[in-house]
Amino acid sequence: MAGGDSRLRISNSGGVTQVEFIDRNILDEANIQAIGEEIGSIIDQAPDPKLLISFSNVDHLSSAALGALITINNKVRAKSGALRLANIDPQIYEVFTITRLNKLFEIHDTTEEALDSFG
Amino acid sequence: MGDHTNNTTVVEVRDRREEIEAVEARILAELDRAGYPPSSGFAVRLAFEEAITNAFEHGHRGRPDESITVEFAVEPERVRISVEDRGPGFDPGEIPDPTLDENLDKPHGRGLMLIRSFMTDVRHNDSGNRLVMLYERPPGPTARG
Repeated sequence: MAGGDSRLRISNSGGVTQVEFIDRNILDEANIQAIGEEIGSIIDQAPDPKLLISFSNVDHLSSAALGALITINNKVRAKSGALRLANIDPQIYEVFTITRLNKLFEIHDTTEEALDSFG
Repeated sequence: MGDHTNNTTVVEVRDRREEIEAVEARILAELDRAGYPPSSGFAVRLAFEEAITNAFEHGHRGRPDESITVEFAVEPERVRISVEDRGPGFDPGEIPDPTLDENLDKPHGRGLMLIRSFMTDVRHNDSGNRLVMLYERPPGPTARG
């Protein structure tokens, strides 16, 4: 995906790819698909993907966004990599607990805690 | 835009992001004017987005230009929203439970569950192509205090 069209801010810290969302609302299906493809490409290119997705800017997300996260998680696990989520707003965290996805994902309060968890 | 009867607004919405956001913004603005807390806006927005997505994705699969009918009424103590598509409908009882361990890693199937979790009452018509959501204002101080 061309850098100018990306809905993500991507950085690297100690071998961990950190992803932040530019949009506050992750609702639009087309954007969600593009985000999924972009992160998928990052995973494909990494022999041992370590990925931290931060929700610090996110106010709303849809079940389609949850689906994209699950697909990302499945891809990371298929390569024996590691995925962490961090900085999730309490209202959005409630969506994760209602759907029991807090059991599927490793979720941390802060970026620092998430980075430490990669060992 | 839209018909107003007994404080109920009726709007036809196509599967265009700007049209969806326009009616969503009207609903949220009415919630704000009525003093609902921010948590209500979150809940209503989430449920509305899921209902709209289900209507277009499942109800109108393969018919991207067909509109759905949205009706909404924001009252002091409750919000009523209905979403009706022109598809064949479905049986809500046939949706697998996405919270089961064996379904956690499946990417789809959570929309209706989220609607039911955040709304006070959720009903479908017999054919399953019309969803009616009721949200009761939570107890406590209003957003305006």
